[in-house]
Amino acid sequence: MKRLPLLLAVILVLSLGTLAAAQDLIKVGIVNLPPEESGYRQANVEDMDAVFSRENGYDAKQTNTADNSEQIAAARGYIRDGVDFLLISAANASGWDDVLESAKRAGVRVILFDRAIDTDPSNYEAALLSDMYYEGQLATDWILANVPEPINVVLIRGQLGSAAEIGRSAPLLEAAEAGKLNIVADGTGGDTWSLEEARKVVEAAIAAGKDFNVIYAQNDGMAQGAVQALEAAGISHGKDGKVKIIGFDFNRFALRNVQAGYWDADVQCNPRQASQIDQWIKSGNIPKGIIYQEELILDTNTITDEHIEKYGINADPGKGVITR
Amino acid sequence: MPRLKTQVNRSSHLFLPLSVLAILIIINLIKGADYFKITIVNGAFYGNIPNILFGASELVILSIGMTLVTAASRGQDISIGESGAISSAIFVQYVLRSGNVTLGTILVGFLISCVAGMIIGAFNGTLVSFFNVQPMVATLILFLGGRSIAFIIDGKVSPILANEISNRIGTVIPGVPIHTPIILTAVFIAVVAVVLKTTNLRLYVEAVGINPNAARLNGINPKKVIFLTFLIMGICAAVAGFIAVNKAGRHDSVNLLKFIMMDAILAVALGGNSLAGGKFSITGSVIGAYTIEVLNRTLLRLEVNPEAIKVFKAVFIIVLMIIAAPEVRVFAKRVLDKVKRPSRTTPYARQVD
Repeated sequence: MKRLPLLLAVILVLSLGTLAAAQDLIKVGIVNLPPEESGYRQANVEDMDAVFSRENGYDAKQTNTADNSEQIAAARGYIRDGVDFLLISAANASGWDDVLESAKRAGVRVILFDRAIDTDPSNYEAALLSDMYYEGQLATDWILANVPEPINVVLIRGQLGSAAEIGRSAPLLEAAEAGKLNIVADGTGGDTWSLEEARKVVEAAIAAGKDFNVIYAQNDGMAQGAVQALEAAGISHGKDGKVKIIGFDFNRFALRNVQAGYWDADVQCNPRQASQIDQWIKSGNIPKGIIYQEELILDTNTITDEHIEKYGINADPGKGVITR
Repeated sequence: MPRLKTQVNRSSHLFLPLSVLAILIIINLIKGADYFKITIVNGAFYGNIPNILFGASELVILSIGMTLVTAASRGQDISIGESGAISSAIFVQYVLRSGNVTLGTILVGFLISCVAGMIIGAFNGTLVSFFNVQPMVATLILFLGGRSIAFIIDGKVSPILANEISNRIGTVIPGVPIHTPIILTAVFIAVVAVVLKTTNLRLYVEAVGINPNAARLNGINPKKVIFLTFLIMGICAAVAGFIAVNKAGRHDSVNLLKFIMMDAILAVALGGNSLAGGKFSITGSVIGAYTIEVLNRTLLRLEVNPEAIKVFKAVFIIVLMIIAAPEVRVFAKRVLDKVKRPSRTTPYARQVD
């Protein structure tokens, strides 16, 4: 019992200390999707944690859930806590109007990242997004510049109707319509962007006797499945091969495959928006509206170890290791 | 007399999957007569049939386990993809941490992953048999949480399994003309066949599935039998996960074997098995699993628009099931009979069972 006043004093000092410390820090609430959703999200969540750290001058909390209503509840919680900035990557594009308006009333500045929200543009400051159409354009331009005519493409789409599938398909379909290339097979890896399904699409194209010299797979896993089908059928691919392989997302295994000449090119979908947002916040100069990120395309000539280290996502198999 | 009836029923069980498969093969042959053509590429058989056998490996193995679980517990395990993802994550971690990869490493890793699969099976089985939780509800837990567990085991990245032995397990062993997953699946089917022939497993599972109380009164413990089927399911999931991860060459906890339980349940149904338990036919389920693979590839072969492919699959399955249903067969027979002998009254009316 005698210790109680002492204990109380200690608690008081500690809490004052944290309060004092918290005052200097910028309070940020991050509403994000769960890291186990994909390699992209894992890199995104890790990047957010790394950039919005105490050492960097932030008092940040992150909520990770794929449930839109839980996300909205978390956002309300952050507004109640009086955060300075609210960063949101929404599970669902709709249903955010109320919470964004109450953020505005409370003077909380909202920045969207990775995913857009269907709401009035006055409800948020800036949205830093990946431009899927731009990514598709990079890949399509690469094909037109690097593949000898006639260009015959096997298109392997991701989950139909997803933003990535629509965006990454469009430039290729436009090029086909303009007569610059032919799409000889049009398939999908389904809702799971499945390696196995992609393999079947290519196997069916081979069985049907289709002649093609490009695989345009809308993520790295599907590109891998497509290459497995080529390997089994004894069709050459990669740098010196007949069929050019293009994947998306910058998985490190995919980049190593490009580096080894086993594949030909890979397009980035940058999950690391945190440092850009950090810059905006620190400079106090936050742009208005939708800002698209710059993305890279790397092929066998341009790729370096540094790219793989810095921009890749997921595990690195190591230099020279091919993931078949 | 009842024995005779059982015999008749068993052979007619196979009518459904076989007729569905036959219809699909006919469609494929109409599309192109070279359907069965097999060539040799890089020393291994290549063609539609090897591709089907290769692609269906995991599904065939899982549908065997699903048949037993369905027969005994009168419900389905919806966590099989997640079980496979977890057990194969453990396999990959073991292989990556053991440094130099030899055949021994792979074997030990495989056995460890089988134990992991059995632990998962035991978890599901305990909930179902001892706590009487509905199988779908019990396995819903791992269905929802399993991939997060696999993700954490993976160390939050998709680890790469780029060693020569794994690659050979996922593709082809030099000198052997058949792809390794096909061989592994055949071995697995053979082991299951031997187990069913030499043990009372079939009798126990069917007895429990038909009437657990009657089984208990006859000295069979339904709880133990149901628990055992979930253990076997766990092993099936581990083997399927092992094949899947070696095929892929890396462990993608997000997508590995995702939603495969849908196809596995469908394979059981296509195999002529009742989803309400009781008598079962593993042969039927295996044929059912291959039929699903053939169906998927048929849709690709017919170049169905990707937007419409799911709808087509659903319509195909419904139409095929209806065409192959016993009721339709009886009706067709009657119609044929009327056409042949229009004057006589139908003699088949009393034979409808």
